[in-house]
Amino acid sequence: MLKPGEIAVVGAAETTKLGVIPEMSQIMLHADAALNALADAGLKPSDIDGVACVGPMMPQQIAHYLGITPKWVDGTAVGGCSFMLHVRHAAAAISAGYCKTVLITHGESGKSRVGATPRPAEPESLNGQFEAPFGPFGPPTLFPIPVLRYMKARGVTHEDLATVAVVQREWAAKNPRAMYRDPITVADVLNSRMIAYPFRILECCLVTDGGGALILTSADRAKDFPTKPVYILGTGESVETTMVSQMEDFTSSRAFRVAGPTAIEASGISRSDVDHMMIYDAFAHLPLYGLEDLGFCKPGEAAGFIRERNTAPGGKLPLNTTGGGLSYTHTGMYGMFALQESVRQMRGTAPAQVQGAKTSVCHGVGGMFSASGTVVFGNEKP
Amino acid sequence: MIAPGRAKPKPTPETRHFWDGAKQGKLLLQRCGDTGRAYFPPRPFSPFTGTRNVTVFEASGRATLHSYVIHHRPVPGFTPPYAIAVVELEEGPRMMTNIIDCPQTPEALVLDMPLQVAFEAMDEEITLPLFRPAPAAERQSKAGGK
Repeated sequence: MLKPGEIAVVGAAETTKLGVIPEMSQIMLHADAALNALADAGLKPSDIDGVACVGPMMPQQIAHYLGITPKWVDGTAVGGCSFMLHVRHAAAAISAGYCKTVLITHGESGKSRVGATPRPAEPESLNGQFEAPFGPFGPPTLFPIPVLRYMKARGVTHEDLATVAVVQREWAAKNPRAMYRDPITVADVLNSRMIAYPFRILECCLVTDGGGALILTSADRAKDFPTKPVYILGTGESVETTMVSQMEDFTSSRAFRVAGPTAIEASGISRSDVDHMMIYDAFAHLPLYGLEDLGFCKPGEAAGFIRERNTAPGGKLPLNTTGGGLSYTHTGMYGMFALQESVRQMRGTAPAQVQGAKTSVCHGVGGMFSASGTVVFGNEKP
Repeated sequence: MIAPGRAKPKPTPETRHFWDGAKQGKLLLQRCGDTGRAYFPPRPFSPFTGTRNVTVFEASGRATLHSYVIHHRPVPGFTPPYAIAVVELEEGPRMMTNIIDCPQTPEALVLDMPLQVAFEAMDEEITLPLFRPAPAAERQSKAGGK
């Protein structure tokens, strides 16, 4: 298995603009982020020999658009955490000698929908037959389906869920690129427009345009780059089901329980060593599931952990320090932005920098609760 | 008949029996020949052991309300607010559905309330299994039994 610190991130960047970018099509958002990451690493497209991005036929499109001749590609598409899986697969490929320098890109015209991927209806799929007829309409109607069961089983209140959004807005206030930065209260959240009970609009992620890119290489080459290397200490991945109705347990994600602990155990660090954390927050319940399923809180204790400000600025486990999908940005596949923030925190360049942070756990979810990927980063070579 | 506009399922060879059953007012599940456990959605092998030794059987139609959301925005075929629910069948499997003959409110939609399947036709080809609150007598006997 990959040794902790064998592979490093040497380039990382988001698109030049973030939020509403109607002047760029989706493929140009990929390219804009990629060019920024290449500049960050001091590389040219011809230096890249591995490409990963989300979706069928996408590695070809991105490689050709950027002028790259890859020896290795990965089009893994499991939703918004695909990038965590790309990091894992790329690290293994570099370690195996299939390629030396991998570029992972994300671009999504989620709001402006310029050159965006259509979402096809598939009436023959199991989702099309056994979920679609009952009126789900996008993630706000599907992702929160387990929440009422979670609330009843764990004794979690509407105020607890609203608190997740309130605390993350405190982090967003420290990030100039966050879309929403004004402070909010629990009452603001609970009085905001109802979308799909139990969730109101301030408990649902943003819909934005943007992108990001990462460049990975072996740690022994990383010292030749202008950036501070960010080491990959451990990774994990799993999938469960595309049908939220068929999750084994509505109070916990099986994919989380596989991906998260796999990454943490591979990293060789203990949970108490973790200085910074990102948990993909498409909706307000996800940080609760993430904290519990990754073993940072016992079942039923995550809501209290957040309420007691452990994840807030000044707390012992700073979480979603950009403001997350709820306040920073959410293009549709937010995982790339969670990875970018973990890298910034490990480089010491985040707008809301956690002083002295040496390790970061970045946990993603994809396609409602259907997939998960986790990456543990560190800024010291083990 | 259900209001028009909903996404319409298209049966496949592996699911055809379920939709044929629904048209006849039967909720058909499958049972694993190795473990005896019921499963859903339909497939011609067991998700528990992989055995192809499986049987189709008619479920009781009794279920409880496991979780739901109440959607407040318009969707073709629905009048908001409407609940998108997941019910737990007496035999074990869960399925997505809608709850009919019940106010679409948090006060009326109480988790674990007993439900009974009710079939409603979309058209000549597809009939959907929906659920309604179980008759009061059954609710009392269930509550008394706990």
